[in-house]
Amino acid sequence: MELSGLAFYLVSVLIAGGIYAILCLALNIQWGMGGLFNAGIAGFFAVGAYTSAILTTAPSTRHLGGFDLPIPVGLLVAGLVAGLTGAAVAKICVRLKSDYLAMASIGIAETLRLIIVNEAWLTNGSLGIAGIPRPFGDLATGRSSDILYLAVVWAIVIAVYVLSQRLYDSPWGRTLRAIRDNEASARAAGKDVERFRLQTFVIGAAIMGVAGALSAHYFKFLSPSATEPLLVTFLVWVMLMAGGSGNNKGAILGAVAIWFIWSATEILTSRLPPEWITRSSYIRMLLVGLLLQFVLQKFRSGLIPEKSPKTHHPD
Amino acid sequence: MNEIITFINLYLVPGLTIGSVYALGAVGISMIFGILRFAHFAHGDLMTIGGYGVLTAIWLIPVNPLLLLPFGIVLAIVAALAVDRFFYKPLRDLPTIYTVIASFGVALIFRSLAQLFWSSGNQVFQSGVRRPLVLFDTFRISALHAQVIVLTILIAIALHLFLTRSKTGRSMRAVSDDPELAAVAGLDTEKVVRWTWIIGAALAATAGVFAGMDTSMHPNLGWNLLLPMFAAAILGGIGKPMGAIAGGLIIGIAEETLTYTWFGPDPLIAPSYKSAVAFLIMVGLLIFRPQGLFKGRLL
Amino acid sequence: MSALLSVRTLTAGYGGPPIIDGINLDVAEHEIAVIIGPNGAGKSTLLKSIFALTKIVSGEVLFEGREITRLKTAALVPLGISAVPQSKNVFPTLSVEENFDVGTYAAPPADRNAVLDKVLTLFPDLRDKLRQPAGELSGGQRQMVAMGRALMSEPKLLLLDEPTAGLSPAYLEKIFDLLLDIRKGGVTILMVEQNAKQALRIADTGHVLVNGQNFASGTGKALLEDETVRRSFLGGAA
Repeated sequence: MELSGLAFYLVSVLIAGGIYAILCLALNIQWGMGGLFNAGIAGFFAVGAYTSAILTTAPSTRHLGGFDLPIPVGLLVAGLVAGLTGAAVAKICVRLKSDYLAMASIGIAETLRLIIVNEAWLTNGSLGIAGIPRPFGDLATGRSSDILYLAVVWAIVIAVYVLSQRLYDSPWGRTLRAIRDNEASARAAGKDVERFRLQTFVIGAAIMGVAGALSAHYFKFLSPSATEPLLVTFLVWVMLMAGGSGNNKGAILGAVAIWFIWSATEILTSRLPPEWITRSSYIRMLLVGLLLQFVLQKFRSGLIPEKSPKTHHPD
Repeated sequence: MNEIITFINLYLVPGLTIGSVYALGAVGISMIFGILRFAHFAHGDLMTIGGYGVLTAIWLIPVNPLLLLPFGIVLAIVAALAVDRFFYKPLRDLPTIYTVIASFGVALIFRSLAQLFWSSGNQVFQSGVRRPLVLFDTFRISALHAQVIVLTILIAIALHLFLTRSKTGRSMRAVSDDPELAAVAGLDTEKVVRWTWIIGAALAATAGVFAGMDTSMHPNLGWNLLLPMFAAAILGGIGKPMGAIAGGLIIGIAEETLTYTWFGPDPLIAPSYKSAVAFLIMVGLLIFRPQGLFKGRLL
Repeated sequence: MSALLSVRTLTAGYGGPPIIDGINLDVAEHEIAVIIGPNGAGKSTLLKSIFALTKIVSGEVLFEGREITRLKTAALVPLGISAVPQSKNVFPTLSVEENFDVGTYAAPPADRNAVLDKVLTLFPDLRDKLRQPAGELSGGQRQMVAMGRALMSEPKLLLLDEPTAGLSPAYLEKIFDLLLDIRKGGVTILMVEQNAKQALRIADTGHVLVNGQNFASGTGKALLEDETVRRSFLGGAA
């Protein structure tokens, strides 16, 4: 009995870890490849989650719904809408210093949260949307559904990884990194810096939207607390910094490793008396904040330093 | 006539009050952006720390919170200098975006410390009903709002004098203009950095106390105000501290007055979307005039 | 006779390959020394190295016999060395008077008003512009503000990086006359100049730099008359 309980726990940790891995990979495209600081990950995550939820749920008096569309459509449109939102934000800031993008991305996340909470006709406000379907919902239930979902999530992780690696090695990716490392000379070489930055941000935002949708379908329930910046934005940054920014393998490793530690400490502290549970969650917040500082100072390259891609030497 | 009085009492004055809070916070953000060249994401939480510093003092010495302001200021200054020394300074030779990320983490550190040390105690500065001040038999303004607005005006004047007349103030403006030239001219850049944090933290603490007195203290107080303060700093022009004050007041007034029933029975903007006003202003600025009203620096 | 400033086999750059290599240069007290040479010869780099704005690979810089190579930039003004960079050499949002005052903070003079008066005697055009933000002035006026700021600390040595760059011919003459006046006030001058001919005419000593290395040194007059120097750097006829 103990063993199956542990296995079940492992499955749920790996599903969440997988979703975080997708977020990290997306952030890595924006930051590691493009040098863009996105402080509003939670916003794109939320937009994707709610889009998919609204499109795939049955009709309801409490929120916009009834489209009953299949989940893959939900995921796709989620990515699309999140990408468009990212396009709007990036277009405004792309000519300015990255600090402005950081501020604007926080702003959009906050504004989206306001819309989600206030437009109850759309989202049922703080009460949330329930009954979000799982893939193959009729065929599998309970534990087998979870295991199936684990496969779906990690299939997407691998897909995003492959996509990201392809982008990294492509001429597009090389130009992007050239811009990140020396904007002035890239511009002098005639590259449209703004367009590349915009594309980077949009791709990352779209993938974040897909991650949000995956999260909604996993929990089968969605409420504004899913847009909590601590868990979504902040933790993802720590994961990427710890795993090695600019490096995709590191992004996945950082996500899974940090999430393991996070949920393990949650389990451990859940045995404590209630007063200590809240206190320990703040201690956890504090330690994560300190961990970020430590990683920034000591391991500027993270756990897995970036390897430069093989170059061809014609002889 | 009645309409105008209601407008002033219920919309304009509260707008000036929250605008004063934004103004004092935005000054620090603008200065830090101008001299240290990065957006300080932990500034809101610095306000929270200052507010809690005074709250603790109130627990021990129950008098008017404004008299105990120095306690909050000292705590905020110590906190600011400490995080600069341990978290920001080590990253100074890297591109400034790393310091922005670090400040993101510092914000979390401040907030979690606030939760750990203070969230279990009483969060209100002064209990009981506050009687309004009645001026000229017509204006009914909260005494607290009047105090906040007057104090902010005094602080603004003092700040202006400091920046234009004192050696340190002028050095700060010089470093903000051109740090390399400032070094060539022999200015002590480290001292300027120290004073930037001292002044920024002192004003943030004051803003935090004002905000906390208006409602109550809570650990997310400052973080929630960060967006409008950034917008105010951009509106005033980055590196223009006096501009930030104007920016803060404008955004505060805009937030409050846009929920007035200008046309017909419904407010122009639903009160629940008040915090989106600052974001909209920021977006407008970034598209049309990122240098703000007073032509601040962009990079 | 020991030099006021002594540069000994200085090699420096900006992190990549060094721009200047093994430079030797002495500046005697009260002289006007000029550094000339083609573009990219490392003239500005040399000046910036004296002012600790570059990465020193090897060699040393001595001022009044003491080594200053490892000192930070801001430490040089109190020692009596002032510099005027080529561009971005004023604080644009500060007024002219505030720019001048900033020049005194690191080395406060005994009588600030007397020093200000001396500076304004050199640059009388600025007298009625004291309250204007320096960024609003013309190029030539800004140059004067920059030089004024450097002089407010009553330096022993004044470094100038291409003081006539981008200025109209009228200002050119003015600047060179001003330099002679400044030297009369007891200040030693070391400057980098593109207008080689005119610079050498007022120079006591000239140094020619090519490809980051010493090429030739001598009195201003001697260099003006030297065939090789004339042909390569002074555009032919003297």
